[in-house]
Amino acid sequence: MSDEQDVITGINAPVYLKYNFTAGAAPSRFLTQLKKGVLMGQRCPKCSAVYVPARGSCALCGVATEEDVQLSDKATVESFTIVSIPIPGNPIEPPFVVANLVLDGSNISLIHLLSECENSEVRIGQRVQGVWKPESEWDYSMNNIRYFKPIDEPDVPAEKIGKLPVTGWEG
Amino acid sequence: MANLAAVVGIGQTKYMTKRTDVSIAGLLREAAFKALQDAELTWDDIDAVIIGKAPDMFEGVIMPEVYLTDALGCNGKPMLRVHTAGSVGGSTALVAASHVQSGTFKRVLTVAFEKQSESNAMWALSNAQPFSTHLNAGAGGYFAPIIREYMRRSKAPYDVGIKVAVKDRLHGARNPLAHLQKPDITMKEVEESFMLWDPIRFLESCPSSDGACAMVIANEELADKASKPPAWIRGVAMRSEPTMYAGREQVNPQAGRDCAADVYKQAGITDPRKDLDCAEVYVPFSWYEPMWLENLGFAPEGEGWKLTMEGATSLDEGGDIPWNCSGGVLSSNPIGASGMIRFAEAARQVRGDAGAHQVEGAKLALGHAYGGGAQFFAMWVVGAEKS
Amino acid sequence: MKDIAIVAYQQSDSVSDAGAVNEVELIMPVLARTFEQAGLNSAQDVDFVCSGSCDYLQGAAFAFVSGVDALGAVPPIKESHVEMDAAWALYESILKIRMGHADSALIYGFGKSSPGELPVVLSQQLDPYYLAPLWVDSISLAALQARMMLDKGLITERDMAEVVSRSRRNAMNNPHAQLSGDISVDDVLAEETYLSPLRKADCSPISDGASAIIIATVEQARAWGLPYAVISGIDHCIETHNLGMRDLTDSVSTRMAANRAGMNTGKVDVAELYAPFSHQEIILARALGLDDSTQVNPSGGVLAGNLMMASGLSRVGEVFNRIVKGEAQRGIAHATSGPCLQHNLVTVLEKGENA
Repeated sequence: MSDEQDVITGINAPVYLKYNFTAGAAPSRFLTQLKKGVLMGQRCPKCSAVYVPARGSCALCGVATEEDVQLSDKATVESFTIVSIPIPGNPIEPPFVVANLVLDGSNISLIHLLSECENSEVRIGQRVQGVWKPESEWDYSMNNIRYFKPIDEPDVPAEKIGKLPVTGWEG
Repeated sequence: MANLAAVVGIGQTKYMTKRTDVSIAGLLREAAFKALQDAELTWDDIDAVIIGKAPDMFEGVIMPEVYLTDALGCNGKPMLRVHTAGSVGGSTALVAASHVQSGTFKRVLTVAFEKQSESNAMWALSNAQPFSTHLNAGAGGYFAPIIREYMRRSKAPYDVGIKVAVKDRLHGARNPLAHLQKPDITMKEVEESFMLWDPIRFLESCPSSDGACAMVIANEELADKASKPPAWIRGVAMRSEPTMYAGREQVNPQAGRDCAADVYKQAGITDPRKDLDCAEVYVPFSWYEPMWLENLGFAPEGEGWKLTMEGATSLDEGGDIPWNCSGGVLSSNPIGASGMIRFAEAARQVRGDAGAHQVEGAKLALGHAYGGGAQFFAMWVVGAEKS
Repeated sequence: MKDIAIVAYQQSDSVSDAGAVNEVELIMPVLARTFEQAGLNSAQDVDFVCSGSCDYLQGAAFAFVSGVDALGAVPPIKESHVEMDAAWALYESILKIRMGHADSALIYGFGKSSPGELPVVLSQQLDPYYLAPLWVDSISLAALQARMMLDKGLITERDMAEVVSRSRRNAMNNPHAQLSGDISVDDVLAEETYLSPLRKADCSPISDGASAIIIATVEQARAWGLPYAVISGIDHCIETHNLGMRDLTDSVSTRMAANRAGMNTGKVDVAELYAPFSHQEIILARALGLDDSTQVNPSGGVLAGNLMMASGLSRVGEVFNRIVKGEAQRGIAHATSGPCLQHNLVTVLEKGENA
């Protein structure tokens, strides 16, 4: 036997685990409506806040949300970031704008892309609307909305973001 | 009333991108052994071991305490594993302290770690879930919009984050264990670094590190006999709130404010800037320094950035309340350990054992960690004196 | 040191597939019932909350974070989490009360094991360099342990079948059990071998569900006017991960934990043992020196339903139930973690003086 030993500094041990993922009851309701082109939120029975996508509870009150509320596909930019690096497993080319958007009629932001805009002109309070895929491509997926784009409505003051009715911003 | 407890030993690995020379167990053992050496103790002197790390998916080892017990001399003893997201290093120290403060144990070992090089943390954090939009660009993508909202509200100049990035790297250059060693870093260099998640630049972000941090915590009787000065635990606090709820204050989270108020009350602190000598605060993205200066009550709301710009938090500028003298998370970030490093570095300061980044005469220091969507908080105050 | 009592315990049904419910939806109904039992409204009414869960069961990082959405954690609460069975969350909570930072605590555990292949998932709990890459699943390791028991003449297959038969029959009185029924020892033995020498009936089923407990100082329990059982001792102990260095036919760490928790200072009327495999119940009962005077697993134990990350906590809850119902004066609850009973926790519960 040789006195020399190879120094082992690593081994490859790939982990493959298969899961049958389920979305949850409340998210399933949201996705079922989304396939029909409808954005549906859920209202808290206690504090009346509207969550979208609802995950089954009002995190503030710790109670189940039950009542469905149909929302607009218009939204307000709560905040945003311009991402200059690729997302693992996502084909989007950087730079792209990821925004926290509050849909009219809801009280909480969701994350989506912002496009058809000058990145340097995106701002908090800006009004935007969803750009949908053709109906034939709708699935149980938030990707039914390709992205949101700016619309010609006056900006919402920061303190009013998250407090608009379903009818939107009257200016 | 809790029993008195103190940190009597601290051990840290060198932080770096890849520690290919040690296994996961070897990494923890290195930190643990150094902590025992520092305390002049052996494995037999330890009654229980408490470990912490961020999600198991970071290394791909499920419930790693099961495998790590042998390396940490824990066989035949109690072993506990804490996981509270990014705050875990801090929470783990608090849970370890509770083993002693409850009077249940005399002396415990606590270790927190991350060996990010053994897996892909960005993947684990951005792990695609079917049905949801897959736009999670890691932690930076999550926190960038919150930072933008802080900038809007506070009307802070654009270069506050740049200043923090430079300051913490200069601090880190004093700390031989720090991952990033950038003694010549300049404002210009940070400003010209790549904009990753606008407004967060590359050099305004924490690195990805391998590393482990360990502490030995002992009861009053044993700490009184310790060979080196103990760091007495003067206050401990944790707070959690949900990630998202209608009307949640994300820039200045209530959980952070409440946690700070709790820990200050225990430690008899009324004016943190005046009463504390220094602080080790979890700042993974540079703008979180001014944000946490306000959240933790060092400055009025909207004015945290002024302390940063005045140099109040800088050791090099002779600031009155140096923050992250060790270089902070911006200089080293083994995620699961980062919180414990903050707690341990606060303890090093009041033990007078912080080497070239020592704040002269430090008697009272804050250790802070946060995690999740800035919703989990853990803090402790340590002092050179018992009360 | 303040005496600590259990005042409420609830568990969901143990089901093979909870279907399209997420973590919050799994936890919330159990928490609601637990609060109701204690006459409380939400987590705001206790001083501390601690949970146990494991991301890899459902295959998503930070599973426990969404658990907070079920609590009503606004204003913020004192809360922590262990990536372990919630029996260890109970342990952490007890330390919190002992140190005087809380007078009460909510502890919950939850697991949705159905989305993945649990025995394979658990193989990734083993030493990442030597064992995990071999993909040795948890049932195979248990089978190896059972084989040692059989070959050494320490048990027979009939002994194992008796454990199963008793579990199924006891579970008939447990409304949350997943597997129950009047099954004889011969019925079990007639079943074909699954992973030799184990039959499917020797293995706990894959289950989804959650459980929760509220503990408080005895003073607080009395102030609430609730029936309670006192936790007179709790301790835990881990052994080497190297299976070759352990005597797999014994559970030394269970015995050590039980001794330190004070089990032997009185009679044990009831024992709920977390034995995911039939032969492990025998190992545990022998390690603890239990005899016929102790009723073992009156709930059916985890062979009747195994809520990963909650089963250990549920064992404590089941003993609590026996004591407050007056069926037992004193009992022990056991929890386990790791392959082949590597890490064990024992809780001793007693009837309160004025309860």
